[in-house]
Amino acid sequence: MNRLLRDRRALFGATVLALVTVAAVAAPLVSSGQPSAQPQVVALRFVPPLARDPAGRLHVLGTDRFGRDVWTRLVYGARISLTVGALAVLLSLVLGVAVGGAAGFWPGPVQLLLLGLTDFALALPRVVLLLLVAALWQPSAALVIVVLGLTGWMAVARLVYGEVRSLAARPFVASAVALGLPRLRVLVHHILPNALTPVIVAAALGLGNAIMLEAGLSFLGLGVQPPTPSWGSMIASGRDTLVNAPWVAAAPGLVLVLVVVACTLLGDAIQEALEPGGGALQGARWALGVLAPPPLPPPARGAGA
Amino acid sequence: MFLGLARRALAGAAVVVGVVTLTFFLLRFAPGEPVAHLLGPAATPDQVAAQRQVLGLDRPLAAQFGAWLSRFARGDWGRSIATGRPVRTLLADAVPATLELAGLSLVLSYALGVLVGALQASAGPRTDTALSVVSVTLFALPGYWLGLALIMVFSHWARALPAFGAAGLDADLLSGGARLIDRLRHLALPLATLTLIGIGGTARFVRGAMREIRHAPFVRTAAAKGLSPTRIARRHVARNALTPVLTLLGLSLPALFSGTVFVEVVFAWPGIGRRLVEAVQARDYPVVMAATVVSAVLVVLGNLAADALVTWVDPRLRPGHVAGGAGG
Repeated sequence: MNRLLRDRRALFGATVLALVTVAAVAAPLVSSGQPSAQPQVVALRFVPPLARDPAGRLHVLGTDRFGRDVWTRLVYGARISLTVGALAVLLSLVLGVAVGGAAGFWPGPVQLLLLGLTDFALALPRVVLLLLVAALWQPSAALVIVVLGLTGWMAVARLVYGEVRSLAARPFVASAVALGLPRLRVLVHHILPNALTPVIVAAALGLGNAIMLEAGLSFLGLGVQPPTPSWGSMIASGRDTLVNAPWVAAAPGLVLVLVVVACTLLGDAIQEALEPGGGALQGARWALGVLAPPPLPPPARGAGA
Repeated sequence: MFLGLARRALAGAAVVVGVVTLTFFLLRFAPGEPVAHLLGPAATPDQVAAQRQVLGLDRPLAAQFGAWLSRFARGDWGRSIATGRPVRTLLADAVPATLELAGLSLVLSYALGVLVGALQASAGPRTDTALSVVSVTLFALPGYWLGLALIMVFSHWARALPAFGAAGLDADLLSGGARLIDRLRHLALPLATLTLIGIGGTARFVRGAMREIRHAPFVRTAAAKGLSPTRIARRHVARNALTPVLTLLGLSLPALFSGTVFVEVVFAWPGIGRRLVEAVQARDYPVVMAATVVSAVLVVLGNLAADALVTWVDPRLRPGHVAGGAGG
């Protein structure tokens, strides 16, 4: 923990995420409170950043083509991004822990089936699947959460699988089994709590990824629907006015990048605090969301593959 | 080695079959109705029913799936419901455009990313931190947003490069050389967008791989033997870092394809990603199915190629080692 507190990356990541969360929670207090209001479209549209509209109100980030305040939409969009991202990650963590835990603890057909399923899901281009589902059902925040959760659990599953495999060989597990505890109880009470630490890293990295994908879907018009503000749909609407009003697309994009960088750095820092030295490669692997530790049987074989 | 590859090819085929089945049933269970899109809101129920019969949508699901599979395998991919054009020609035009964009970007982002990552691994802490900030930021950039920024700078302000499409309106009238230049100018911005993001990911990974190997016992032994640092870096570190980096190549293909989809949409690049997005929005079943299958096949083939490459480069993996078959 001390190591983590001294890490500048962790500090930066946590600060950014905290600020965005506070802004999102306190949205009515720090903004005009009306993200979708269009009182006077003609008079208020395309007010540049830091300028005042005819009524004398200051628009820190300017207004869009409907005269809506970009800053207000940005903080209300943060609510969507953070909620969708957090819930999607939560769902994928639950799924990943369940699949990885089961595969690690029940060798045989269950394991083969679950690992096969994981490899299958990893080989799919995630965006193709997202597009398909998001366009087939009526787009909504709930749908995006479910789809992101259903397509984001594989890295967690592999991670937990690796941990459970190595923990299952440890003496305390053998003694729990010898005491006659049911296997499910051993898994849930004795193994999983010890296997969860690296999952935190996956959660931090997964959050950035989910927020980015939500924005991407909304950019394509397949995510959260207008007029509800979302960073992705704000960029999409700014695309049409790129030449007249570049700030409309610039602001949400910059915040998006900042949040994703914050998640990545925080994940990296936690990773290194958990596994001092030599963890850089793993961190990068998880960041790419494609690979977790190779499924090796307990110690003996070393970290070659 | 061949056994290993055959096993992976089989797994790859399983992935493709899985994708086909999944797509088919997702499409059929989703609400939306292609006939409604085709006929418009004024259609009478009789017209809808007749059109459904023409398209075979009134038959049992299993029969539709079987019929679709056998036709697909025979190369008859049907016609686009929205445009009436044969799906095969639609996609045949799109696949080379996507391969051109994604392939070039893969080569460029690996070349540059490995360079940056290797530089970071051997440079002092300051350069390393600075480059890390750059690569993390690049990696975090949404492709569509970076694309818009590049359009703003290079097309709008500098007026140097075209903002969309794959060729100018007059492309057909140009001579060979001029046409190539026209194509490259159109390729420049989408390629730069995809490559910049790719460099971020690759550099992060290569830096990690090189760092991890630099601390390995065999590197210390090499140093203790008195080998020169350059020799250690080339023969001991770089060679061993190659395996994880090539493994990453295969694993990053789905992500690369995902990135291509957004970039194609922003730049109106006539590739398979843009076709897919358009088809999904119009609920154009035959095109969606075929585009999904084709993208899955491309990714699986890419994975196989990367697997073969890794096995070829790293002799340790040859004798029937089946541990980390993540590529599937």
